[in-house]
Amino acid sequence: MQVALFIPCYIDQLYPRVGMATLEILERRGCDVVFPAAQTCCGQPMSNTGCNSDARPLAERFLEIFAPYQYVVAPSGSCVAMVRKHYDEFLSGRPGFEELKAKTFELCEFLVDVLKVESWDGVYPHKVGLHSSCHGLRELGMGKPSELVGVDFSKPGHLLAMLDKIELVKPQRPDECCGFGGTFAVNEEAVSCMMGKDRLQDHLSAGAEVLTAADMSCLMHLQGLSARGKMPLQIKHIAEILNESEAKS
Amino acid sequence: MKTAEHPEQASKFVANDQRAHWHDQALWFVREKRDRMAVSLPEWEQLRSAASQIKLHTVSRLADYLEQFEQNATKLGAVVHWARDSEEHNQIVLSLLQKAGAKQVVKSKSMLTEECHLNPFLEAQGIEVVDTDLGERIVQLRKETPSHIVLPAIHIKKEEVSETFHEHLQTEAGNNDPNYLTEAARNHLREKFLAADVGITGVNFAIAETGGLVVCTNEGNADLGVSLPKMHIACMGIEKLVPHAADLSVFLRLLARSATGQPITTYSSHFHGPSPGSELHIILVDNGRSNLMGSEQFRNSLKCIRCGACMNTCPVYRRSGGHSYGTTVPGPIGSILAPSRDSKAHKSLPFACTLCGSCTDVCPVKIDLHHELLEWRGEIHRRGQLPMSKTVPMKLTSWMMRSPWLFRWVGAIGKFCLRHLPRWAIYHGLNPWGKQREMPESPQQSFRQLYQIHESKKASDE
Repeated sequence: MQVALFIPCYIDQLYPRVGMATLEILERRGCDVVFPAAQTCCGQPMSNTGCNSDARPLAERFLEIFAPYQYVVAPSGSCVAMVRKHYDEFLSGRPGFEELKAKTFELCEFLVDVLKVESWDGVYPHKVGLHSSCHGLRELGMGKPSELVGVDFSKPGHLLAMLDKIELVKPQRPDECCGFGGTFAVNEEAVSCMMGKDRLQDHLSAGAEVLTAADMSCLMHLQGLSARGKMPLQIKHIAEILNESEAKS
Repeated sequence: MKTAEHPEQASKFVANDQRAHWHDQALWFVREKRDRMAVSLPEWEQLRSAASQIKLHTVSRLADYLEQFEQNATKLGAVVHWARDSEEHNQIVLSLLQKAGAKQVVKSKSMLTEECHLNPFLEAQGIEVVDTDLGERIVQLRKETPSHIVLPAIHIKKEEVSETFHEHLQTEAGNNDPNYLTEAARNHLREKFLAADVGITGVNFAIAETGGLVVCTNEGNADLGVSLPKMHIACMGIEKLVPHAADLSVFLRLLARSATGQPITTYSSHFHGPSPGSELHIILVDNGRSNLMGSEQFRNSLKCIRCGACMNTCPVYRRSGGHSYGTTVPGPIGSILAPSRDSKAHKSLPFACTLCGSCTDVCPVKIDLHHELLEWRGEIHRRGQLPMSKTVPMKLTSWMMRSPWLFRWVGAIGKFCLRHLPRWAIYHGLNPWGKQREMPESPQQSFRQLYQIHESKKASDE
């Protein structure tokens, strides 16, 4: 199975370890993983700011770069949501676009839905809080949002729960936004930071030692707040936890 | 009208950390009550779908249904008036009051009359208007505006209510007992009800098929306010229509559960024409609504039944307070409606949102609120109303990202600076990220560099 890694721009530059964890997880599962070097950014920051004319050329580049591959996988629900839910405006009707949407996956989704992972040979003896990042949760449907009525599920939660000795803690507000929101984090600094601190506090009160999510952007914001506040919390992308747990077992 | 931008107003609210948290908790409490009520109905999601479809259908044939409503309401003896905008609405109300020789008016909560700024208009004409909903009365006495469409005084603490009542209603100073304060308000309002010449109400639902209308309140003040005076003026936005009486079964179940977490509002009062010897006037107000009807992007927002659930769930609203939006309807739905009237004045509102989508999932009529907010951002950019502080960085970033080598080069310089510059050169007034947050740690190598090493190692192993 051929997988093209879609490594979001800020992960490429600031969190290469998350990209490497993703790569190692997929290779260990027999995927033929490649990283198309021409990729840069999916255009989400521009699109979310309303600058669609600046996002369009990046969407067009994305299609061109990733069209040839069987699957596209990214360790970021938010960037995948950009491709699957917001590229229509730029690429609707282009050859290969519908296929691109159908074959682009967030890592946890890909593990659960495509690779059909049903067990994970890993040990992670820590108390872990899972932050349900909004775009993965609500745009990609990686779990049941707390507002909806129906059967509870969470694809990232499902993967973590397979690890041996892990203890998943439950915050009081199951899926409240962390306040990152892309440029919101800067434009609405006051509300953004209050939201982030509340999120951290909720997980700390629930007993979390490690905080994780399927989106490094949320975690970048939470990490920044946690470090400034000297909070006793490790912050890790879910790919790092999954990868580390396998290495240890 | 120039309105202050949301970020400055919000940061003022957040600056009082204790109050902002108290406000957040109060609304989260309502959101949790709403969740418990929603899950008590296994058919909740079907109800939402039904409500959404009924509303979409109604909006698509609004002109027909409005005419049908007018005919049927007239048959029942009501007088129907049409107002293009808030000025026309206020003039109609005034002429009706003058005709009745009214000097004192009681009003049961109507956000539409807030939207039209009816109170100051009538007061300038020497007419006393008393808001009879307890929360509305509190904000009216304090000369404030509601900060929420269902819980207008949610931003005010009981101690502050006690002070306000002590000043205006001569209650005991320092007595913060809610029962005592409510009783004082009840006695005060009763006098106002008895003295009123005309009762004004809002409308929750108007039914095309019957010409009737429904007003939902928890305090019964709509009933009291229109039963004693000889004239009832009902003010409604044109989107309040439902086609059939049977549709109410869907909406009444959704409304109170979504709004306050109650199974149903305490009073759902139906009005079918005037009571004997009285007059019923219904004012149908457009005030920008038909602009939305013609818009593919924003038509969905006309489905809104004003339950306020999007405000209760919105993590930004909860922490920034309703007044930070500077509009009659705040929160997610308000941030869609306000720019449709004046996008320049309200251009910061669609950005007062993390696009988390909780509002969309909580909305009982399935308005895709966060997508409409995103659409508004694009629209504000197209209209040239986006400030340069936003357009220039995005243009530059887009330009950089079109070239992988430039991206690599800028990334390398950025990482180098993060690692080697002194703290004062990174954390300063021009870096809002660093005010309360640390910058990310900067790694020596990018992923693409690590990947190349990984690949060459793999090749040499083989």
